[in-house]
Amino acid sequence: MLDRLDHYLGPLERSLSLRARRSEVLASNIANADTPNYKARDFDFRTALDRAGSARQGLNLAHTDSGHLDSRNISQATAGLQYRNPMQASIDNNTVEVDVELAQFSDNAIHYQADLAFMNARVRTMMSAIQGQ
Amino acid sequence: MGLAAVFDIAGSALAAQSQRLNVVASNLANADSASSADGTPYRARQVVFSARPVGASSVGRGVRVSQVIDDPSPARIVFDPKHPLADAQGYVRMPNVNVVEEMTNMISASRSYQMNADMMNTAKTLLLKTLSLGG
Repeated sequence: MLDRLDHYLGPLERSLSLRARRSEVLASNIANADTPNYKARDFDFRTALDRAGSARQGLNLAHTDSGHLDSRNISQATAGLQYRNPMQASIDNNTVEVDVELAQFSDNAIHYQADLAFMNARVRTMMSAIQGQ
Repeated sequence: MGLAAVFDIAGSALAAQSQRLNVVASNLANADSASSADGTPYRARQVVFSARPVGASSVGRGVRVSQVIDDPSPARIVFDPKHPLADAQGYVRMPNVNVVEEMTNMISASRSYQMNADMMNTAKTLLLKTLSLGG
């Protein structure tokens, strides 16, 4: 039964933690808006969510020889991060466009709140099912 | 780290931008200081930003002031024979502070500061809502 509860809340939990991660990436972009040579980064939310949903551990490379690289050692933190293509290049090689980043940050914050609202509704539904009133 | 890291990132940016504002204030205040402690005219200072990681587990990167450099541009030469520091030809070496540049620098720094403070507020709201989840 608890396993079903996990299935019931799991997708939203994954979405919430990915949203939190994305807010971190976007916050770095905005914080470094004036840093020379900084390259703005982001990740595709849909792809990341699909990947998180299909395989929670991620795919590991076959490791049949001691000389092979162990893919588990590759940092998962930067996996899937891509560089943004600036619309107007700046003279100090910084690719942060503050308006784009702020728009994405607000969009991300709103989606985070939406996920929280859905999560709250699901918890309420479960509570009323448990109480059986 | 998630949302809590946004505080570290935005906080580092607030510190860096306030240091930039500080340097701008120093430059503007000394725009006409023809003599400093070592007898030479005041030299404008500029901050250099660089990105820094906020933690081993975090994807985010904050910002820090990696160094404060002396502006390499030449001193402003003003003709003022009555000035006590004037040389034999009547020229005085004045600080190389460009007031217009400093004003735009100030506006840019204060806008960046506001933006990062806003971001911190958003992160706070989201975290508080997360804390009341299921309540």
